[in-house]
Amino acid sequence: MSQTASQPNRLAQGGQVDRTQALTFTFNGHTYTGHPGDTLASALLANGVDLVNRSFKYSRPRGIVASGAEEPNAVVQLGATEATQVPNVRATQQALYDGLVARSTNGWPDAQRDIMRWIGKLGSPFMPPGFYYKTFMAPASMWMTYEKFIRKTAGLGRSPTQSDPDIYDHMHRHCDMLIVGAGPAGLSAALTAARAGARVILADEQEAMGGSLLDTRETLDDQPAAQWLKTTLAALAEHDNVTLLPRTTAHGYHDHHFVTLHERRTEHLGDSAPSKAGYRQPRSRLHRVRAGQVILATGAHERPLVYANNDVPGNLLAGAVSTYIRRYGVVPGEKMVLSTSNDHAYRAALDWQEAGREVVAIVDARTAPQGDLVAQAKAAGIRVITGSAVLEAKGAQRVSAARVAAIDVDAFRVTGKVETLECDTIASSGGYSPVIHLASHTGARPVWSDAIIGFVPSTVAGVAASGGARGVYPLDEVLADGVEAGVNAATALGFDVTVDDADLPQVASRHEGPVCALFQVPHEKATLRAPKQFVDLQNDVTASAIEVATLEGFESIEHVKRYTAMGFGTDQGKLGNINGMAVTARCLGQSIPETGTTVFRPNYTPVTFGAVVGRHCRELFDPERYTPMQAWHVARGAEFEDVGQWKRPWYYPRKRADGGLESIGEAVARECRAVREGVGILDASTLGKIDIQGPDAREFLGRIYTNKWQKLAPGRVRYGLMCGDDGMVMDDGTTSCLAENHFLMTTTTGNAAPVLEWLELWHQTEWPELDVYFNSVTDHWATMTVTGPEARKLLTDLTDIDLDREAFKFMDWREGHVAGVPARVFRISFTGELAFEINVQAHYAMHVWEALFARGEAFDLTPYGTETMHVLRAEKGFIIVGQDTDGSVTPEDLGMHWAIGYDKPFPWVGKRALTRADTRREGRKQLVGLKPKDASVVLEEGAQIVFEPNHAIPMPMVGHVTSSYYSPTLESGFALAVVKGGHQRMGESVYLPMVDGRVHEAEIVSTQFVDPKGERQHV
Amino acid sequence: MSNSVHVYDARTDHATVTAESPLAYSFQRSGMPAPGDASGEESRAVIGERAFLGHLILRGGAIVLDEALREVLGIGLPGRPNSLTVDADGQRSVQWLSPDEWLLIVPGDETFGLETRLRAHLGGAHVAIVDVSAGQTLIELSGEAAHEVLMKSTVYDVDPHTFTVGKGVTTLFAKTSVILRRPDASRWELIVRRSFADYVYRWLLDAGEEYGIGVARESRHEPQ
Amino acid sequence: MFHIYCPYCEELREEEEFHPKGQAHIARPEEPDTCSDEEWGDYLFFRDNPRGIHHEMWLHAVGCRKFFNITRNTVSYEILETYKMGEQPTITAEHLAREEKNAREEKTNNAQVAEGGQQTVGASDAAVASVKGAQA
Ligand SMILES: [Zn+2]
Repeated sequence: MSQTASQPNRLAQGGQVDRTQALTFTFNGHTYTGHPGDTLASALLANGVDLVNRSFKYSRPRGIVASGAEEPNAVVQLGATEATQVPNVRATQQALYDGLVARSTNGWPDAQRDIMRWIGKLGSPFMPPGFYYKTFMAPASMWMTYEKFIRKTAGLGRSPTQSDPDIYDHMHRHCDMLIVGAGPAGLSAALTAARAGARVILADEQEAMGGSLLDTRETLDDQPAAQWLKTTLAALAEHDNVTLLPRTTAHGYHDHHFVTLHERRTEHLGDSAPSKAGYRQPRSRLHRVRAGQVILATGAHERPLVYANNDVPGNLLAGAVSTYIRRYGVVPGEKMVLSTSNDHAYRAALDWQEAGREVVAIVDARTAPQGDLVAQAKAAGIRVITGSAVLEAKGAQRVSAARVAAIDVDAFRVTGKVETLECDTIASSGGYSPVIHLASHTGARPVWSDAIIGFVPSTVAGVAASGGARGVYPLDEVLADGVEAGVNAATALGFDVTVDDADLPQVASRHEGPVCALFQVPHEKATLRAPKQFVDLQNDVTASAIEVATLEGFESIEHVKRYTAMGFGTDQGKLGNINGMAVTARCLGQSIPETGTTVFRPNYTPVTFGAVVGRHCRELFDPERYTPMQAWHVARGAEFEDVGQWKRPWYYPRKRADGGLESIGEAVARECRAVREGVGILDASTLGKIDIQGPDAREFLGRIYTNKWQKLAPGRVRYGLMCGDDGMVMDDGTTSCLAENHFLMTTTTGNAAPVLEWLELWHQTEWPELDVYFNSVTDHWATMTVTGPEARKLLTDLTDIDLDREAFKFMDWREGHVAGVPARVFRISFTGELAFEINVQAHYAMHVWEALFARGEAFDLTPYGTETMHVLRAEKGFIIVGQDTDGSVTPEDLGMHWAIGYDKPFPWVGKRALTRADTRREGRKQLVGLKPKDASVVLEEGAQIVFEPNHAIPMPMVGHVTSSYYSPTLESGFALAVVKGGHQRMGESVYLPMVDGRVHEAEIVSTQFVDPKGERQHV
Repeated sequence: MSNSVHVYDARTDHATVTAESPLAYSFQRSGMPAPGDASGEESRAVIGERAFLGHLILRGGAIVLDEALREVLGIGLPGRPNSLTVDADGQRSVQWLSPDEWLLIVPGDETFGLETRLRAHLGGAHVAIVDVSAGQTLIELSGEAAHEVLMKSTVYDVDPHTFTVGKGVTTLFAKTSVILRRPDASRWELIVRRSFADYVYRWLLDAGEEYGIGVARESRHEPQ
Repeated sequence: MFHIYCPYCEELREEEEFHPKGQAHIARPEEPDTCSDEEWGDYLFFRDNPRGIHHEMWLHAVGCRKFFNITRNTVSYEILETYKMGEQPTITAEHLAREEKNAREEKTNNAQVAEGGQQTVGASDAAVASVKGAQA
């Protein structure tokens, strides 16, 4: 056969690539061409690119080994622009597209001329297993420096430094049956289940569905496999109960049959997702699937043989050789030696020869192989050397020869004379390992099977492995196994299933001889002295490293794995794990099942952050909750503060006379003065509001709050304090008696949902006999607080409510209209000033708000934000739960004895704990005011407090600052703090040593800095 | 009607008072893309706000509430979990929310009268009726890709074959919660809390982009 | 990600709709004032962490807002039953141990050793009997 000039290894025909179209791509700065249907790996091989990376630890040259997810070497950095960089893409799984740009991830600065190679050469004797632990851990302070260097050289790829232009999303799916893998087992299971009427999802990680059918030599119903595949896929597509997800990897199997699938929707189309009909489309999508039953038809990975220099480019898996030839029309060399322990791998030699290249020899470890494929190879004139194996590959940048000799597998030694066969390619096969990763995620331990020389999955209820995934390999058996799995799962789901055996395609059954259990090939030299025999190519773990680990006393496979780093990285041991266990078992003189296996964790292959995040990013990262006045706040240039998910105006900077914008300090000082001297307004709509109805509402309040509720009359409001049953303050707020059996509770902004849940918890689990209902009305009511000495004057003309101080007292509420809108007005105050909290239905909030401002012009009505609210409340000693308390503070610690009804008849929540020895002890931290000696100082919130500033370090810390501000009214900094025994220390000095060496002195004072008698709110 | 509960008469003179729906700010800020994509094709997903409806939460025993509702509104209380009953002209509906909780949605101008009549009927029974009309809004979602937009947004199974007409659930929507229901085969309804409405609106526009999502023009209802 | 059957909604829902609320069947002492500090501390702070059968309280937070109980195997994560507040579990470690024992006795020829280590708390037969009337 001839070949295209530009792609020396591309066959003129064969495979499923479209030779009529050329795609141009760049790898490590060189430009090549390939065709639609290629992967990056097949295109690189077509172009004769041997070197794709430098190895992790020793910086040895590496080439492509496999053709699928198990590829350890061809892990590339993808992306034509900085913003579209994707690290750790396996070239074998990346479809080629025009303009693709990729680089080696290892081999900084360049895979061809690699300075690390010299370090690796020099350093290799000094890089034993456990190297990182031994070398780089001391001194510990240097680890950061080492890590930077290791990461740069260790081939983990890099993240882009620019924002990703693409979008990603998630999709939640529910199905009766999820089938992972669309090879012969998965397809026949899917068809069976679909016909039974089950909702089926069939996911497959490859560019095309079909699995082994894409490159098999076998025929189905006397037709090429492709024909049956096409018919079957078409039949599945006809069923509207079937969802086909190609390019979709099931990467994690979680509890109760929840499986996550990563669908690469546009990765095969370009560097960035092309738009469709003018709209952006997601680059990839994470499907979150809840399945009734799951069938794992994930096939098997071929195991390479472990021989000396088995990492030199030109060493490939036998199955990969077949795949490249049959599926992509690419022969990755001229002269091949095949080293095998089984019949199946003979395909590679037959395919190679049919491609017109030379098969130097098949080296079979078995003394008398005799399957059909063996006979076929012999008939084709291929030399078969039995009882032997490739001991060692020769060559530096590419295989140049194979050293072959007779071996004794059981005795682990070379028994014959070494023959050197010239070749540029060594294909090897040590048998097959079922892909048990997903089954392993469920917690099911793998079980060793001597019959297939591999681990098969044990599975939990509702999960079945089928076909190669459970060690069933002959095609006719695989197809039947898929049908059986489909029938079993559908039956378990309650579907009526009838199967006609005639539906199964006819496959000529083929005789295969037994496999020989060969993992590491013996060398003339002992393992510790032989050239490197790689077990895990991605992590540069050799057989001798494992031997060293066992000599150092590591006996558990889990420890050997961690000590040698075997199975780490993107590879996760797909290729090396079983060989590693076999070597460990040999060194320990025990069997593989005695040695055990490591289990696999999600993810099966790497998932991009974009897919994990989906559309939960940027402006949709977290909900932003708005009050009905949000547009007004934005128009007024408010700065916002996050309070839970709410956006609350923080302060409203105005233009200064000089044209600049006020600083936060200037704005807050102005806003504070407005409230203390004129009138201000706060959007308090975010406060939690809970409507409580029922004849036992009052009783319930008495049990859940620390204070008394028995006598609160309709029209009145009371402050309430809520504790956990541990006696610690958990929330506070006012509750109003709307009618005899009807209350409106307010909660802090952040605690609205937790408090409602708290009420329900007590009602549903402890006191279901109480007749009461709780409902959130937070969003229904908008709340605006008009406060300051001028508040009454401002409101008078806007409302039909009698605002007279006697008719409408402090802690009363009244019903009426404000600006023509039905309203409830509450005379409560969080500022210490005269205040009216106006509640109206949120639809009308903006109307009322604007009416207040229209009228307020005469009074210079000043909007204020949360910062001013904090200063004003702190000046009054009003606490903020969660800021001045931290879950270890009792009402008594806060000095709020007046809010505790010890003599209430019912043992209310928190009461008992308040008499525990610990809550009664001396020296608890208590809330006090702090006045800095230097009035210009604003203490840092969170600053630690000591009594004795000259005490040796560590100083005994006796409390901390909880709230601290500058007060324009006091013209001084001031703070709230918790201090040990603080209530008994009024007038004493405490000290706050700061990081910069300064020590602030402050006096312990009352928490009420302004209007301590509380007269102003009553005016 | 018992005076043990304070019934709030929220009726307002709309000649002098302007009302804003929960999505008013979102329409202004994020715009209202017209249905139909750039190439002039029909949108595969269309949303619209049905604002200013009356939303009442009913709490209490199913039997007593059912009787009162039949008497006052002529429709029964759905007794089965996750179900929804809609009246003949599709204007009034009642949905199961929990074993002692239902959501009643009626034209906005009927709210106060309905609550008053229900309370009169219920007499001294232990129930709670709570007006939450301004605290939430109803977003309609239709179009052939409507369920795909929902699949991107909610963990609940929204396959039209399993989420049948007459079903309604409270579930997650992105990072918030919604009441999701299917009053008829042509559309889905999402009942969204007011403070989260903007987030849900922006999410829907984003998730629906690939289907050419648009906003129905008649979305800006005047209060009734 | 559990798939949890809500006994009030009467269907399986995704775990994200629920909040776990810790060990089930922790009844508040009826007379807190007569509890010793130690008894009160036990009620407040001490919980069991069994290997095997455990009874947990969960809340269908984004759903019907009802609290209910789950019997769950903490080894396999299998949820064996869910039941309403005030009801008692039908599956307990004691009950499973009894069943296993009976099964062993039946299989006289093939005496198997049961997988050990299962224990239960919170809803042992004795604890179940002591749950106070308000929840019954
Ligand atoms: Zn529920």
